[in-house]
Amino acid sequence: MATISLDKVRKVYAGGVEAVKGVSIDIADGEFIVLVGPSGCGKSTLLRMIAGLEEISDGEIRIGDRVVNRVEPADRDIAMVFQNYALYPHMTVYNNLAYGLKNRGEPKDEIDKRVKEAARILEIGDFLDRKPRQLSGGQRQRVAMGRAIVRKPAAFLFDEPLSNLDAKLRVQMRIEIKRLQETLGTTSVYVTHDQLEAMTLAHRLVVLNHGRIEQIGTPLEVYEKPASTFVAGFIGSPAMNLIPVKAKDGRLHLESGEGLDAPDGFGAEHALLGVRPEDLQVDADGAENADALSLRMKVIAVEPVGAESYVHGRVAGVVDDVVVRVPAKAEFSAGAELNLKASRDRLHVFDAANGGRLNG
Amino acid sequence: MQTKRITFNNRWLPYLLVAPQLAITLVFFIWPASQALYQSVLREDAFGLSSEFVWFENFETLFDDPLYLSSFKVTLVFSAGTTLLSMGAALLLAVMADRVIRGSTFYKTFLIWPYAVAPAVAGVLWWFMFNPTIGILAYTMRQLGYDWNHTLNANDALLLIIIAAAWKQVSYNFLFFLAGLQAIPRSLIEAAAIDGAGPQKRFWTIVFPLLSPTAFFLMVVNIVYSFFETFAIVHATTAGGPGQATSILVYKVWRDGFVSLDLGGSAAQSVILMLIVISLTVVQFRFIERRVEY
Ligand SMILES: Nc1ncnc2c1ncn2[C@@H]1O[C@H](COP(=O)(O)OP(=O)(O)O)[C@@H](O)[C@H]1O
Ligand SMILES: [Mg+2]
Repeated sequence: MATISLDKVRKVYAGGVEAVKGVSIDIADGEFIVLVGPSGCGKSTLLRMIAGLEEISDGEIRIGDRVVNRVEPADRDIAMVFQNYALYPHMTVYNNLAYGLKNRGEPKDEIDKRVKEAARILEIGDFLDRKPRQLSGGQRQRVAMGRAIVRKPAAFLFDEPLSNLDAKLRVQMRIEIKRLQETLGTTSVYVTHDQLEAMTLAHRLVVLNHGRIEQIGTPLEVYEKPASTFVAGFIGSPAMNLIPVKAKDGRLHLESGEGLDAPDGFGAEHALLGVRPEDLQVDADGAENADALSLRMKVIAVEPVGAESYVHGRVAGVVDDVVVRVPAKAEFSAGAELNLKASRDRLHVFDAANGGRLNG
Repeated sequence: MQTKRITFNNRWLPYLLVAPQLAITLVFFIWPASQALYQSVLREDAFGLSSEFVWFENFETLFDDPLYLSSFKVTLVFSAGTTLLSMGAALLLAVMADRVIRGSTFYKTFLIWPYAVAPAVAGVLWWFMFNPTIGILAYTMRQLGYDWNHTLNANDALLLIIIAAAWKQVSYNFLFFLAGLQAIPRSLIEAAAIDGAGPQKRFWTIVFPLLSPTAFFLMVVNIVYSFFETFAIVHATTAGGPGQATSILVYKVWRDGFVSLDLGGSAAQSVILMLIVISLTVVQFRFIERRVEY
């Protein structure tokens, strides 16, 4: 059990690549933190610095109240689950779990007790005599988890542990990881590029972009109030629609001419109006309303996903397709013209120049 | 996996295609081998004027000959020494190279060098360096208080051919070890580091066991090499001497046959060598078939 705190942590690789550009996070004891961001944004680098597998170029990392910048991985009291599981191929499952305990000189019967206990929790007791190659992907994943929990470390570090599993198993293991973390209450840092995984697992999300933190917050905070257009586009699927607007006389004008009242204290001239696909309603009469956003969209495709459908279409003055979430029963065909409405309190306003959020 | 079946239109074409390979095998292997077998049961006088069929008498003489038995022993020591030295040095170099390079080919190219050197040249090279009168290494050792003289001292001579033979083989072993090391995922080493294993422990409990299939394969290759491909090295450095101290089996075959003109005895020796190479090949093939997979 421990807190982890990162203070202006930077990483510059030997080639000069600055993978992490000054990141500060305070992780509470027992908290489940998910680092999320697109591939190459520096998630793994950050995690590996916490683990001690990469040197810290600048800044400070503390685990508990100890600065660990110069502490060997073995002495940081952490356990890590790797993307490829990194099981020792020549050892049985039992020995894979026991290896870390043996290296620390635990007595034999204590090792046996802890390995059996971990095996019971993860339901891998039947495979203890097998080699990793004789296990399925899901079973290997469990062994990797077992190797982490058997040592009862102060923190778990996960680097995309589910990305080698098929979709169904991924959902199942995601739930198990969440349950396990809740039961054990061990501080965890989890890296993923999958926003859904991030949303479902995290107590708090850390959204990273190009080595910088875009936003830290609970999944709902991040979803409801994305701090930037980057976060808005990354969290949520389908992504938030971003519509360019111009401010004039206290109103925001779309390029197609429609407009609505600007939010209080709005200063910028060019802005992006964000609206989530589920916040757009198809409106039959199309009457304009000063307090709501209205759009006219020409349908180009309908994507049924079962419980609902995503309607893609074009809106004058918007480069990207606008997407609307509709009930599966609703029938629209390509070429149809739709009137869309979104209530004002569901709108997000971003600065067009730097992508920062403008409304509260 | 299924082998693809190819049908030829002309029924003679396939035979024509394998003919060169067959001819080479026939002329350079089957024919000499059968000659050796045939000669090993004959006794011929030194001038090759008459020969008489003697059954296995040549083999009996051979195993009663203390010189032959001692040559066997020398060969075993030489082979074990060469294999251990060349594999040990190669593993050490590979571990160091793996740590530094990971991908850069410069050192690799550099270290492959000795393999391209002809055995006789390798022999001469080391002969010069260890030469008691002009050799730099012999000189250095004398400065350090050891009077190196492989022309008089049997142990020095044996050590010399071991070093020369091992040196030539190091690069070959190095390449295999390096490839083996680079095939071990970095994350395994990192996992072991987090699991509390220091560098030494990681090497002996993770890296070395994962390299052992490679090591076993190399061991067979190196034994075969030291038994059969070191004639030129011995010839160029010690010529089997002093006395018969470095007269390994292949060297003795040649000397007894072509210098002492004991064709029957020499043929019997080559038949025995043939049996050894066949059994080593069997071991190697069985191993490759059942290659340890993780
Ligand atoms: N060992 C390394 N040497 C140099 N650059 C690296 C190294 N590892 C990662 N990088 C670079 O650092 C950046 C972040 O990488 P990484 O942390 O692996 O991203 P993520 O895990 O978010 O996909 C990338 O631009 C990547 O190319
Ligand atoms: Mg990564």
